[in-house]
Amino acid sequence: MTKKLTYLTGPLIDQNPITLQILGICSALAVTTSLATALVMSAALTAVLCLSSATISLIRHHIPNVIRLIVQIVIIASMVVVIDEILKAYAFGISRQLSVFVGLIVTNCLVMGRAEAFAMRNPVGPSVLDALGNGLGYSLILVLIGTIRELFGTGAILGVTVFVPVSEEGWFEPLGLMQLAPSAFFIIGALIWAIRSRWSQQVETPKLSLVKIGAKR
Amino acid sequence: MTELLVASIFHQNIALTSFLGICTFLAVSERLETAFGLGLAIIVVQSITVPVNNLIFNSILLEGAWSWAGLPDVDLSYLKLITFIGVIAAMVQILELFLDRFVPRLYRALGIFLPLITVNCAVLGGSLFMVERQYDFAEAVVFGFGSGAGWALAIVAFAAIRERLRYSDIPQGLQGLGSAFLVTGLMSIGFTALGRIGL
Repeated sequence: MTKKLTYLTGPLIDQNPITLQILGICSALAVTTSLATALVMSAALTAVLCLSSATISLIRHHIPNVIRLIVQIVIIASMVVVIDEILKAYAFGISRQLSVFVGLIVTNCLVMGRAEAFAMRNPVGPSVLDALGNGLGYSLILVLIGTIRELFGTGAILGVTVFVPVSEEGWFEPLGLMQLAPSAFFIIGALIWAIRSRWSQQVETPKLSLVKIGAKR
Repeated sequence: MTELLVASIFHQNIALTSFLGICTFLAVSERLETAFGLGLAIIVVQSITVPVNNLIFNSILLEGAWSWAGLPDVDLSYLKLITFIGVIAAMVQILELFLDRFVPRLYRALGIFLPLITVNCAVLGGSLFMVERQYDFAEAVVFGFGSGAGWALAIVAFAAIRERLRYSDIPQGLQGLGSAFLVTGLMSIGFTALGRIGL
């Protein structure tokens, strides 16, 4: 039971897909200008990840090894089309804001990566847990970045004003940069810095190390 | 047309402002040489797939595209994702065979990167943006080349910076991925600022 639990909790911080495995970063940055889009994107990705992992794991003995990538892509793409159509039907406004990024879940390396690395080799149960864990790890980072960017960019969370901006006779001067692309890179960089300072086993060993001139080796 | 070209290369750069292909961007930028090869491959693939997908979308998938056959209500646009990824995979495969046969030197230089382009979201994203912004064929050609060139420019510049960064003394937690993100952020500011230049 504990082993099963690690499938679920491992990817939250220790093996986080975004900050450690460098998977699925593209969409993580683009949809985080507001918390609402980040939440919907997280839900969509987690759903696709779980569904495709379950399907691929279910038929893993019948997929010929040579064409496995094509089979995986077709399965993932079908799931994404379903999710995309559902979003268009029930949350049209948000699906317009997400624009192409729901479609881009097809080429999200997180989905492909988990399918290839885990679902192809494990039974359905662990695969779904692993997918769910990775989906949640991804969502955690997305929600965090989305909150920071929306709060400091507009002074609101989910559209509800928290910091009253100057334009409405408050004190808060919205930081325009937070709504622009570069801030996403900075926040995620700082987040990685924070996580690796706390859990130092995640630090990458440098390929070259500095030697002080004159120091004894 | 020039505006679209400049925009897609600089201030609407597909890697730095739309965040497409960032995974590859971070993973394959350790060395300048490989980054250059990959950039070249992306330019070629992007310049071919965006116009081809534009033709397919407008003549087969778009709502009303079948009206000449007496089927004005057929709307196949929900199939665009699967079609585009199929076209991209096929194009990459054809390009691979072609290079292997006629330009073996370039084929060997690109090596593993060609098949990887299939799952690079910059390529699929380029085609999806083309649909969303409703480009016609000529615009699709320009946008395909421009966005590919912009991506290549970004990764080559980034790789060059990283090669230099290797010798600097960076705080422990920032080594590798952390510093890569900060540098990308700075580059993104730089590229966005180029949007102020009018032509």
